[in-house]
Amino acid sequence: MSRSKTHRVLPGFPLTLGYTLVYLSLVVLIPLSAVFLKSMSLSLEEFWAIISAPRVVSSYKISFGISLLAAAINAVFGLIFAWVLVRYHFPGKRIIDALVDLPFALPTAVAGIALTALYAGNGWLGQWLEPLGLKVAFTPLGILVALTFIGLPFVVRTVQPVLEDLEMELEEAAASLGADRGQTFWRVILPVLTPALLTGFALAFARAVGEYGSVIFIAGNVPMVSEITPLLIITKLEQYDYVGATAIAVVMLVFSFILLFLINGLQIWANRSRVRT
Amino acid sequence: MSIQVKNIVKRFGDFVALDDVTLDFPQGQLVGLLGPSGCGKTTLLRIIAGLEAADHGQVFLEGEDASKAHVRERQVGFVFQHYALFRHMTVFDNVAFGLRVKPRKQRPNAESIRRRVQELLELVQLDWLAARYPTQLSGGQRQRVALARALAVEPRVLLLDEPFGALDAKVRKELRRWLRQLHNTLHITSIFVTHDQEEALEVSDQVVLMNRGRVEQIGAPHEVYEQPTTPFVYSFLGAVNLFHGRVQDQQLQIGADHLPVGDSGFQPGAEALGFVRPHELDIDTNLADHTGIEARVERVLALGATARIELTGASGGTHRHYEVELPRERAAVLDLNPGQIVRLKPARMRLFAPDSPSAERILPEGSMTGIYGEGI
Repeated sequence: MSRSKTHRVLPGFPLTLGYTLVYLSLVVLIPLSAVFLKSMSLSLEEFWAIISAPRVVSSYKISFGISLLAAAINAVFGLIFAWVLVRYHFPGKRIIDALVDLPFALPTAVAGIALTALYAGNGWLGQWLEPLGLKVAFTPLGILVALTFIGLPFVVRTVQPVLEDLEMELEEAAASLGADRGQTFWRVILPVLTPALLTGFALAFARAVGEYGSVIFIAGNVPMVSEITPLLIITKLEQYDYVGATAIAVVMLVFSFILLFLINGLQIWANRSRVRT
Repeated sequence: MSIQVKNIVKRFGDFVALDDVTLDFPQGQLVGLLGPSGCGKTTLLRIIAGLEAADHGQVFLEGEDASKAHVRERQVGFVFQHYALFRHMTVFDNVAFGLRVKPRKQRPNAESIRRRVQELLELVQLDWLAARYPTQLSGGQRQRVALARALAVEPRVLLLDEPFGALDAKVRKELRRWLRQLHNTLHITSIFVTHDQEEALEVSDQVVLMNRGRVEQIGAPHEVYEQPTTPFVYSFLGAVNLFHGRVQDQQLQIGADHLPVGDSGFQPGAEALGFVRPHELDIDTNLADHTGIEARVERVLALGATARIELTGASGGTHRHYEVELPRERAAVLDLNPGQIVRLKPARMRLFAPDSPSAERILPEGSMTGIYGEGI
């Protein structure tokens, strides 16, 4: 680092950087490398056999596929939610605004039980949905419901401040130039919101991939159908198969990293007009 | 294209923004809407553009009633105070926006869009910045891009809402001159809103003075400046000295002093307010005569071609403040010193009845001291 003598109001760069590095190591890096190290005790063939077992592969598909779908649903509805909260004034707005954070605060097991009770065959909603052929609880659809529930606040809370900064004048300018409502939304509003929307999407996705508590209640956990990867890891642990559990954990870790990198790349691309300044 | 507004009324809650405004904006002119903040000028502009709906009244564009038409259908170019450029688009894409959102049948092909945008950017002298993003431009450049963008769709009228309001003084002056030149080449009917009287007087063909949701006066810049018809216009367009007294025998009687007013049309004994610009006052060091107002010199500021003299009223016990502008030579002859008692003699004065509705608006209750707008 430069040793320039610039005076700052709050000194202590070495101290705070040191603290940051120690903290990051203790809390994040050491546990993660432990996972890798533990799985190293396997030979390559053994490792491959564990992570490519059909039941495991199908759990990846369920975990990542449904998480992506849930994050995509949240991106759309979270945007609408944020729009309503920013642009309109109506009675009870502050209550709704506060309720958005509920999935953040609620213990996931509570959410799981509540959703299961609602959507089960004899639940308030389930009793009407099941005769229509829509079975939600104990199916992959139930997982989607749970993951959508827990991911909503991420999109709303990241898009909301950007929408608040978006001047109405931009829409008025677009309209005065002859743009219709669709063109104004797609060409003027959405591009400005895209970076925030992608951040919200990434956060909701990351949260959904890691979600365990609420899903296991509603999923039914049928192998090959509605079993998520975190549950498989727990199952292996319960069977004292620590190495097997870490092998699957490594796959999840790498997948998650790759996806977050991709989303980061997208964000940089969407932000290009601001990065160049 | 001509614009007419008829009997426009607009309320925001209890606040009356526009109170029965009827105006006619002639073809090809650049009209300045001038007034203090909150006088309704921006609201009127937004109603003409269709960005705001009037509670009552009509807007005619080229003689046809456009009151119900959507902004998108009115073909008006609107320039916002804070530019409202699309920040995720380059300068080129911003200007091209209006052409690209046209329905497919009317949309020019990519090549003619490119040519048109190039032309417009040359017109605003920014063709070398086509590939930049708005955040990389200065305020003055952004506003010129905004203007090019508004002109791209060949609007029938150009509406500018405080277009130079967010810029610093030097850039404002440059852009003002530039806007005037641009209007001389394009001759598109334009209305621009400003609270800066210097800007309005310098740029416009016609000035519309507004106050409290009403039109006070309409006229060419020199007309409204030389012949204000209301006390509001008098004090808004430059500094003014106020004399409050009674009309008696072709004189304005103020305490022991009196000012000649000629045939004023006021009833004898009627109260009246005399308005005099600082350069219309002369100073007399001979105190023997009772004509002219007695005042004490407070400060003499000799800067540039004129000397500004600040005085306070010497008689009557009230603290009236006066301001006089004299040519340097005249000030040198008088050789005034602070503390000296002199007489003020107006070369020209306009009288208004103090109870006329405009007069009471500009005078704080109970105080009849001289007031000054910003010097022009």
